[in-house]
Amino acid sequence: MTPPGRRRAGMVRPYTPTGGQAIASRASLDLATILIADQDRPLHALSSHQHRVMEHCLPGPLSIAEVSAHLQLPGAVTKVVAASLVDSGHLISRAPVPAAQQHDKEFLERLLDGLRKL
Amino acid sequence: MVSASSEGHYLAAGVTSSVKLLVLGPFAVGKTTLVRTVSEIQPLSTEERMTEAGALVDDLGGVEGKETTTVAMDFGRITLTEDIVLYLFGAPGQDRFKPMIEDLMEGALGGIVLVDTARITDSWDAIGSLEEAGLAYVIAVNAFPNSPNYSEPELRSALDLDPSTPLVVCDVREPKSAKDPLIALVSYLLSRSHLELAP
Repeated sequence: MTPPGRRRAGMVRPYTPTGGQAIASRASLDLATILIADQDRPLHALSSHQHRVMEHCLPGPLSIAEVSAHLQLPGAVTKVVAASLVDSGHLISRAPVPAAQQHDKEFLERLLDGLRKL
Repeated sequence: MVSASSEGHYLAAGVTSSVKLLVLGPFAVGKTTLVRTVSEIQPLSTEERMTEAGALVDDLGGVEGKETTTVAMDFGRITLTEDIVLYLFGAPGQDRFKPMIEDLMEGALGGIVLVDTARITDSWDAIGSLEEAGLAYVIAVNAFPNSPNYSEPELRSALDLDPSTPLVVCDVREPKSAKDPLIALVSYLLSRSHLELAP
């Protein structure tokens, strides 16, 4: 059961978790962007949302969509928080394979192979 | 606090590339079921806020505002090779959700349009969106037991498909069958990549 609406983690104004920050590198982040945490960065100066995202990313790589779902933050908010952590060097982001490369024959053959083996 | 730390939901350390594709179609056509059947993780849901013209609040007459709605998108993933992961996003295909799926379509590999033969025309919007975005797509007819059977030419004509657009009939509950549209899409892209390379 979903608890009554209002208190859900996602119910925050989009600018609150970002500290009112402008949306710097957000445009380059996609729901399918993979986030990889730098294990050596100190976490003490981070906001609570940044801290949550970092803690969640430390054990291994995840997409922004997964971080958003696990932490119950809207996708757009997760992108903003992740972008700030990319800017500060806490996270490394790997954008989805660009369109040109997606239509590369060898790449598509690898995908097809992978699908057939499922 | 959400405790999502069940081991195994993280990507393998070698996975460095992602691709995404969209599963579109009308309400209850089987989008989430398809995602669940092929995904290696339990399908998850992410919320997107969408601002749309206040068509739903015309009771307020004269108030020219915009209504913000929250739409949940279900998604799953498949690690296809040691370094590539595929994300599948199920999203509503109706035109009123277009602002939301436009973001999602950007950079996507392509789309799967699910069709229920009892309401074929409900899938038109999804096809239109993908065509507008210039994305390759395949049609996946989800074989509902009580929906009518049409021949492929009848379906193609009802959906106004290009002759080269793949059309597969599948049962999205069956793992073997549910991956057919994915294979059809990648095969289709591959055939087009050959064409583009031709002198």
